Amino acid sequence: MNAEQTRKAIVLAAIWTTLVLAPYWMVPLGGYTALATRVLVLGLAAMSVNFLLGFTGVLSFGHAAYFGLGAYGAGLTLKFLALSTPLALVAGTLLGGLCGAILGTLIVRRRGVYFAMVTIAFGQVFYYIAFQWSSLTGGDDGLRGFSRQPIDFGLFKLDILSSANNFYFFVLFCFALVVGAMGFILRSPFGRTMIAIRENERRSRFLGIPVERHIWIAFTLSCFFMGFAGALYALVNNFADPRGLHYSQSGDFVMMAVMGGMRSFWGPLLGAAVFVVLQDYLSSITVNWMSFVGLLFVLVVLFFPRGLLGFIQRSKA
Amino acid sequence: MTQLLLFNVTNGLIIGAFYVLMALGLSLILNLSNVINFAHGGFLVIGGYIAYTITPYIGFWGALLLAPPLTAVIGLAVERVLIRPLYGRDPLYSLLLTFGLAFMIEDGTRFIWGPQGKPVTIPAFLAQPLSNDLFFITGYRLFMVAVVMIAVTLLFLLLRYTRLGIRIRAGTLDLETVAALGINVQMLRSLNFAVGIFLAGLSGVLAAGQLGLEPTMGTGLLMPSFIAIIVGGIGSLPGTLVGGLLIGVASGLTAVFLPAASEAVIYVMMAVVLLLRPRGLFGEEGMMS
Repeated sequence: MNAEQTRKAIVLAAIWTTLVLAPYWMVPLGGYTALATRVLVLGLAAMSVNFLLGFTGVLSFGHAAYFGLGAYGAGLTLKFLALSTPLALVAGTLLGGLCGAILGTLIVRRRGVYFAMVTIAFGQVFYYIAFQWSSLTGGDDGLRGFSRQPIDFGLFKLDILSSANNFYFFVLFCFALVVGAMGFILRSPFGRTMIAIRENERRSRFLGIPVERHIWIAFTLSCFFMGFAGALYALVNNFADPRGLHYSQSGDFVMMAVMGGMRSFWGPLLGAAVFVVLQDYLSSITVNWMSFVGLLFVLVVLFFPRGLLGFIQRSKA
Repeated sequence: MTQLLLFNVTNGLIIGAFYVLMALGLSLILNLSNVINFAHGGFLVIGGYIAYTITPYIGFWGALLLAPPLTAVIGLAVERVLIRPLYGRDPLYSLLLTFGLAFMIEDGTRFIWGPQGKPVTIPAFLAQPLSNDLFFITGYRLFMVAVVMIAVTLLFLLLRYTRLGIRIRAGTLDLETVAALGINVQMLRSLNFAVGIFLAGLSGVLAAGQLGLEPTMGTGLLMPSFIAIIVGGIGSLPGTLVGGLLIGVASGLTAVFLPAASEAVIYVMMAVVLLLRPRGLFGEEGMMS
């Protein structure tokens, strides 16, 4: 093992240790376990957005739609179909991912700002559906009347409903699965191709890479991840909110990715942690928290465009 | 039935006229500077509230004349300080910045003027309906449509015949060459931005007279304006004009038959256009990729 590899292994070990021990160090610092769970889920969503934004280089500004679809998929499953947490997760993931796969075919030919515009507009379609179809989705009030279920392992049941710590570890386990999948894909030849498209699309095309198909696959994969994160979020809150599909939620996700560092794998998780904690704090001390969040956007763009991790990496180099 | 139909088509045309004003401004900025201005709805709100504030002193007509240029001046300052550093960077950044700006404007107006809706008084003779049968056609509605028509005509004349307009159109096609010909591109972008914000301010004043003012009103108009641009064809201003009217009338008509779908229908139209004619109705091949 050379020095670089050792360094990476240490960083990775530190990240996972921090995450595994989060319930134990967050509470003494004035946080609460549910906050850690929320950071984890929203961080997963931000990492899914960044899977597309940071590693394929196409700007989707409507990803909240697939997040929200995941949440509704999970919620509706628990409410009407079956009292099973794993099934709810699968249903949410499929709903978000499949909708993304279908719309992706209409979107992938656009680039840059136009890609962003079309993704925003399509995302709003799902927002309106969730908002208007009150008989199924609860409309403006959101979908209520379901709750996450204990997980039955045959020999014993894991109670994730009343024990905040158990639920945190369950979410962490799900998080690890998806993050592992993401890392695996990014290391594969396909992942390298995604990065090649980001770096130089025209050259990739000349090398014979079917760029549109690759972007479509990357878009679809990130929608599946997003749906999964959304399904987890419905379990966190026992509630699905139409505003979770709105483009302003997409903006939050993109902001988390940018604030943490788009070019790094773990950056969005850090961004999500900072964003969630900051929002939690600001909304508890002032009614004008919207202004401060807006100001945060402006300041990050003007002075911190490479994000926290990008900043650290550059000042070290 | 005919009257209901006429009522909703008129409504659609009027709301479409708002979409057109908003979307033309957005389109101008998008075409020349490659910036999606999320704060465009915010500038509309600023225009409306400026009109509300100065109406007691100089009357409705004074506000109509003065509020749009004042909004444009605010727009110029924002462009100079916040947006100019971002030209040439990934469009992601200007998008995020204007997104944050929209938050700040919405919250700021709520802070200054309060969350309750504010009425703007319009001249009495404009508030009268024209006849009892056509009760929904008030003088003010006709007046709004007329103002929008004049503004759009002036905009197209400006772009067609003035030096500034010709430069804007040339810059839209090939900014590098325009810069190489010795034209101050920064100045061009600023002026173009100001023209776009002027239109947003104008729609703000008009909307204030019709709907009253709320801090959130701009956000609601933003998404249809996006769709007007996409349907009409990105890069084409006549396309934006047609797109705005089209989606306005379409949602008006849908309100007759299926009220719940009147907002969804414009998204369906967008999907159909993207499926059958990806460049939009008037768009040029390759503009969207």
